[in-house]
Amino acid sequence: MIKRSYWSLPYLIFMVMFVVLPLILIAVYAFQDGSGHFTLANITRFFTDSDSLQTFALSIEIAIENTLICILLGYPAAWILANRKLNRSAVTVMLFIMPMWINALMRTLATAELFNMLGFTLGKGTLLFGMVYDYIPFMIYPIYNILMKMDNSYAEAAEDLGATPWKVFWKITVPLSMPGVMSGVLMVFMPTVSTFAISEFLTNNKIKLFGTIIQENINSSMWNYGAALAFIMLLIIGITSLFGDNKETQAEGGLI
Amino acid sequence: MAKDYIIDIQHLSKSFGGVKVLDDINFYIRKGEFITLLGPSGCGKTTLLRQIAGFIAPDEGKILLEGKDISGIPPYERPLNTVFQRYALFPHLDVYDNIAFGLKLQKLAPEEIQKRVKKMLKMVSMTDYEDRSVDSLSGGQQQRVAIARALVNYPKVLLLDEPLAALDLKMRKDMQLELKEIHRKMGITFIYVTHDQEEALTLSDTIVVMNEGKIQQIGTPTDIYNEPVNCFVADFIGESNILKGRMMRDRRVAFIKHEFDCVDEGFGEDVPVDVVVRPEDIYFTTDPAKCQFTAKVNSCIFKGVHYEMWVDTDTGYELMIQDYDPYEVGSEVMLYIDPDDIQVMHKERTRNVFDGKMVDETHVELIGGVFECKAQADLSAGDEVRAEIRFEDVDLLDHQEDGVIAGEVHFLLYKGDHYHLTILTEEGDHIWVDTNDIWDKGDLVGINFKPRGIKLTKKND
Repeated sequence: MIKRSYWSLPYLIFMVMFVVLPLILIAVYAFQDGSGHFTLANITRFFTDSDSLQTFALSIEIAIENTLICILLGYPAAWILANRKLNRSAVTVMLFIMPMWINALMRTLATAELFNMLGFTLGKGTLLFGMVYDYIPFMIYPIYNILMKMDNSYAEAAEDLGATPWKVFWKITVPLSMPGVMSGVLMVFMPTVSTFAISEFLTNNKIKLFGTIIQENINSSMWNYGAALAFIMLLIIGITSLFGDNKETQAEGGLI
Repeated sequence: MAKDYIIDIQHLSKSFGGVKVLDDINFYIRKGEFITLLGPSGCGKTTLLRQIAGFIAPDEGKILLEGKDISGIPPYERPLNTVFQRYALFPHLDVYDNIAFGLKLQKLAPEEIQKRVKKMLKMVSMTDYEDRSVDSLSGGQQQRVAIARALVNYPKVLLLDEPLAALDLKMRKDMQLELKEIHRKMGITFIYVTHDQEEALTLSDTIVVMNEGKIQQIGTPTDIYNEPVNCFVADFIGESNILKGRMMRDRRVAFIKHEFDCVDEGFGEDVPVDVVVRPEDIYFTTDPAKCQFTAKVNSCIFKGVHYEMWVDTDTGYELMIQDYDPYEVGSEVMLYIDPDDIQVMHKERTRNVFDGKMVDETHVELIGGVFECKAQADLSAGDEVRAEIRFEDVDLLDHQEDGVIAGEVHFLLYKGDHYHLTILTEEGDHIWVDTNDIWDKGDLVGINFKPRGIKLTKKND
């Protein structure tokens, strides 16, 4: 009889091949020069190159802006969807979630076409629009989820103790839904830092993001520098995810 | 209206989805009273409490607080506070902030808040816990915090929704005593909801027994226990022998085919009644002069303080008796009941009565089904009729599809030699049945009437 732990073998092989090995390769390439010798030059190059640093700063800025807009638009949407008085139908929820089923690239291309057709100038505005459009379902869904699961008795208890509906919202609903907001932030912020397709299509490469320069370096066979940039980005993402990684997020966030 | 009423509930009704949850509720609560709404689940007691708290608006009727109608006032403006069934402590706040929540909303001075929270923590013996997160507390501790959080606002009335239901038995008993002590110290009116009759008897000044959206009886614990007004109350509160009886004349009642002296008057002569005798009120004797009837001991179980025995009387009835001394199974015993201990109740009904319509000479349509009846020479199709069916003329069938109509066993009562069942039909009508078969609450049954048992009279409009 085969031991049950062997059942995990295919997954282990998959993980090693497609997750662990590529990560190691990125790290190895990042610390090598073109001829395969160990060097820190790629890393120092990034920190001394003002262009790269500016792109990086812009990417973070846009990611923060995108995340904030997604919270500002997504939280009320999630709240309305989760409110049984305002929304009695599961269809409306599905309409909000449905864009997640369609490939983001396709949606981005369609958005770009729409802007072209309407004669909008592509730039930062269209970039943010595209990003919010692509990522807002990832903000709405975890917040909606946590609001739906929230025990109504907390709100009732607060109301019973003298809180007006407005106060109930700010003192009870918002703090208790923070784990949902946190997982929404992680799902929106991290991918926006590394995105390149949206900026390529929605700004005609006028605005370059961090993901764009990684892609450009790799495409022009500058593997080592590209790997170093990817490595730095992974670290940043890793740090943000640690930042949001508390027990509550894991227990109640319920990503998808 | 008397001055000491703090809450006066008038003609309160509420339906959910066409089902009447509360049906014309009327009662008042005195200032400082500990009043308990008692009843089985689904009797409407929680709905009533939530209406007082303001979470549900009544369909009809008024709730007066100190003489003013509060029906239109939202919960956050009502000077009442609630202890919720599962406490509903705010998980993102520590013990101190949970208790201070209401006071902070009132914008009291920080020193005043601190003083009052500390005083409350002391009252519920949680002094050193103010910085603890509520998740780290045991059920009993959470309960105390919930009580403190509600009482710190000095509400005019404290509402408690089955607050001890989640605690284990020992803890529940301790908390009952503490609640009573808190009530005494604070002097605030408590409205307490529970389905636990023992808890209600222990805690309350007044008990309101509810069933199916209606008040069955209001009274002190001793009133309710010693003088239940109907079979439901007698059965729900404590153990009891509920028996069919007949009031022969004032102070003389017959049941289990014997006649007994009693203390009840004013029922009339030769009137059918129900009789309640508590199991601890049937006494054993060795004196033939005292003996009113004999019985054979059928079973004897030790229950801790007393023995619980079932006996078969010489006339074929089963009775439950509780006594400190055991009697051997199979032995013949002599028994008597004191006149004081016999509680006589008006019969709520003596037969089923339905309105119906003739379909043809031998069929009548009643409560959603067409039943066969005796040939009716004086009635013709389409006639509006009144049908009377005795309890024993209703047949219950194992399979719902075998009956003319279907229903569910809703309530059952053992009456010494037969069961008296309340059947709730799919259409929401009640049918009462006497049967020797054993059914359980919730059993799905088919219902048929014996054709010869349907007594029809033409309705005169």
